[in-house]
Amino acid sequence: MRPQTPGAHLPEHPDFLWRNPEPKRSYDVVIVGGGGHGLATAHYLAKNHGITKVAVLEKGWLAGGNMARNTTLIRSNYLWDESARIYEHSLKLWESLEDDLGYPILFSQRGVLNLAHSLQDVRDSVRRVEANKLNGIDAQWVEPDEVKKLCSIVNTSSDIRYPVLGATYQPRAGIAKHDYVAWGFARRADQAGIDIIQGCEVTGFVTDGDRVTGVRTSRGDIAAGQVALCAAGHTAVLTEMLGIRVPVQSHPLQALVSELLEPVHPTIVMSNAIHVYVSQAHKGELVMGAGIDSYNGYGQRGAFHIIERQMAAAVELFPVFARAHLLRTWGGIVDVTPDASPIVGRTPYRNVYLNCGWGTGGFKATPGVGWCLADTIARDELHPYTAPFSLDRFITGALVDEHGAAAVAH
Amino acid sequence: MQLIECPWCGPREETEFHYGGQAHVAYPQDPAAMSDEEWAHYIFFRANPKGPFAERWSHSAGCRRWFNAVRDTATYRFHGVYRLDERKPTIS
Repeated sequence: MRPQTPGAHLPEHPDFLWRNPEPKRSYDVVIVGGGGHGLATAHYLAKNHGITKVAVLEKGWLAGGNMARNTTLIRSNYLWDESARIYEHSLKLWESLEDDLGYPILFSQRGVLNLAHSLQDVRDSVRRVEANKLNGIDAQWVEPDEVKKLCSIVNTSSDIRYPVLGATYQPRAGIAKHDYVAWGFARRADQAGIDIIQGCEVTGFVTDGDRVTGVRTSRGDIAAGQVALCAAGHTAVLTEMLGIRVPVQSHPLQALVSELLEPVHPTIVMSNAIHVYVSQAHKGELVMGAGIDSYNGYGQRGAFHIIERQMAAAVELFPVFARAHLLRTWGGIVDVTPDASPIVGRTPYRNVYLNCGWGTGGFKATPGVGWCLADTIARDELHPYTAPFSLDRFITGALVDEHGAAAVAH
Repeated sequence: MQLIECPWCGPREETEFHYGGQAHVAYPQDPAAMSDEEWAHYIFFRANPKGPFAERWSHSAGCRRWFNAVRDTATYRFHGVYRLDERKPTIS
């Protein structure tokens, strides 16, 4: 048998993905942001609620922002009930998404190991496992020898600076090919008659009292019955135009890939303490990420020393990577909130909905938040899964403090 | 990695510095009179502009002093640094 080139089995794209229509004068719903969240919201508006007079406005090209710049990890092993609910809802949708979209997304449930490197890490991890179980989420605590069985290339020796003392393991966690996910959602939304309008930047809003009646764009004014803001790192730029303050700070988040390697890494490994997470893409690249750069930034690039630290951590954990070449680095702009949890829900404008603040965790939430936001828009009522993430929690103090389980410091 | 100008030590590598977020956030004048909403805005809400931003930095691996800077968050270019007792420079 001839050896297979890694990635040779990747599916071909269909000839047709979506139209590029001219914007109409008016829509029932205008979604600002043509990334994963905006496209998923459009899809579920059509599929679950039959709402198709919808435009998705994207200032650049479809899914060219954070959706194209993430590390593709999907999991739901969060500590707090509120987070567990939305991320597990999302994970369940991921499990049937390929059929729903009629499009390959290469969802691969290969499991995630979240490593513990100190006694406190161990205790926090075990606590999270128990919390996950109470929420019906698959989770186990695994000892170092089991870590080695699940992922043989992890260095479990005790004489490294941050020895692996064990890990939480969520077997249903996985990866998906993010471009295909976006294209799948876009294709389905387009088939339902939704207009996906690229190269269309929102430059302002037309308001009437406590309602927004339209959006001003680089391609003219568009009247809107309801507006959903799904612009991730650029949300603050939009809300500034509306005179609304939102407690998000935009930071660069960097990731990188190695050259193509033979399959060496069968699962996903994350480490909070030494700050790296790694999976292997279907084609063979090692996909790696770290934490956010400390300063505010919209530049879609970050500082080199963050990458150096991340590489040092990766090579200590995976000595086999020491000779791998770095192929490419990139940065997304993540919108970080004070409690490391998203903001989904109402704004002071009655018909404008907010979806932002996902920080480093937005990709895995894509179908889940799209589902809930579509429901919120269709019924003009907060969906119970996203209701705890409303903007007013910063005033009431009902925060969902998820720094520990966000897995990446921010 | 870029050079950041410490007002006391001169240009040093970014790795020597620690970021402190938005500058000029004054402690409330009359804390006891503030509503929950006003407290929330004081504690949690910060400006997040795409463009020039007045922010705090500490030269933590150097002189360990705090200072302010006006930096462009889109280009990451520092327009100027100034001491805490100096006025924010006007950026044209």
